[in-house]
Amino acid sequence: MDLSLSTRTVGDRTVVEVGGEIDVYTAPKLREQLVELVNDGSYHLVVDMEGVDFLDSTGLGVLVGGLKRVRAHEGSLRLVCNQERILKIFRITGLTKVFPIHTSVDDAVSATD
Amino acid sequence: MATVELRFSALPEHVRTARLVAAAVARRAGVDEAVLYEVRLAVGEACSRAVGLHVSNGVSAPVQVALTEEEKKFSIEVGDEAPRAVPGRATDSDGAGDAPAGDESGAEAEDEMGLAVISGLVDDVEVTSDEAGGVIRMSWPTADASTPS
Repeated sequence: MDLSLSTRTVGDRTVVEVGGEIDVYTAPKLREQLVELVNDGSYHLVVDMEGVDFLDSTGLGVLVGGLKRVRAHEGSLRLVCNQERILKIFRITGLTKVFPIHTSVDDAVSATD
Repeated sequence: MATVELRFSALPEHVRTARLVAAAVARRAGVDEAVLYEVRLAVGEACSRAVGLHVSNGVSAPVQVALTEEEKKFSIEVGDEAPRAVPGRATDSDGAGDAPAGDESGAEAEDEMGLAVISGLVDDVEVTSDEAGGVIRMSWPTADASTPS
């Protein structure tokens, strides 16, 4: 399965819905999408990973890159994920401490901290 | 001899194929269903790393994957042919391969993250390399009685 991407605006947040597999081949597409959003002035991103079937370290690298970009504009990048096997790679790499991970898009969109 | 061997051109688009084949052979070998995602992820990380090494070193040889059903375990070897400088031994490539720090540090960080994922996922893993290339060996236990289907 290839990568699918769609974006929508909810208040001041931009929700990026990701589906399929994020790996060494497809991750550049996600990177392009995040870069484009930040270049267009969207600095508060919510990446919805509920439709993601596979995520590897290349994908993690892209998410970390996205986080760096939005932080340069005092923005935020939140993740939505409930899938244990996807969450595991965040835990192994210690990235659960880096990304706010939410259980629903509603939760991520309304989060402020 | 390996149960299934795979050789693929060092291109990112083929890594998914390697993952799928590895998971299919692992399932047949009796690796627990709950662990198959981890097998896919670990093989994917190892193959991505090999592809990256071949591309950055200009190696045209294919990446090799050997999937072997053994007694009570299933093992996977992912081999690359990217030469490494061996510490304490002078080689022709010494110093010549030093790329500008900017890009290299990014690639290295990604490489390290891939290895971190593998060692976090797989209990039995061995990473070796020399001037001829590198190999990542991983294995998973299989169910004792694998009944032919």
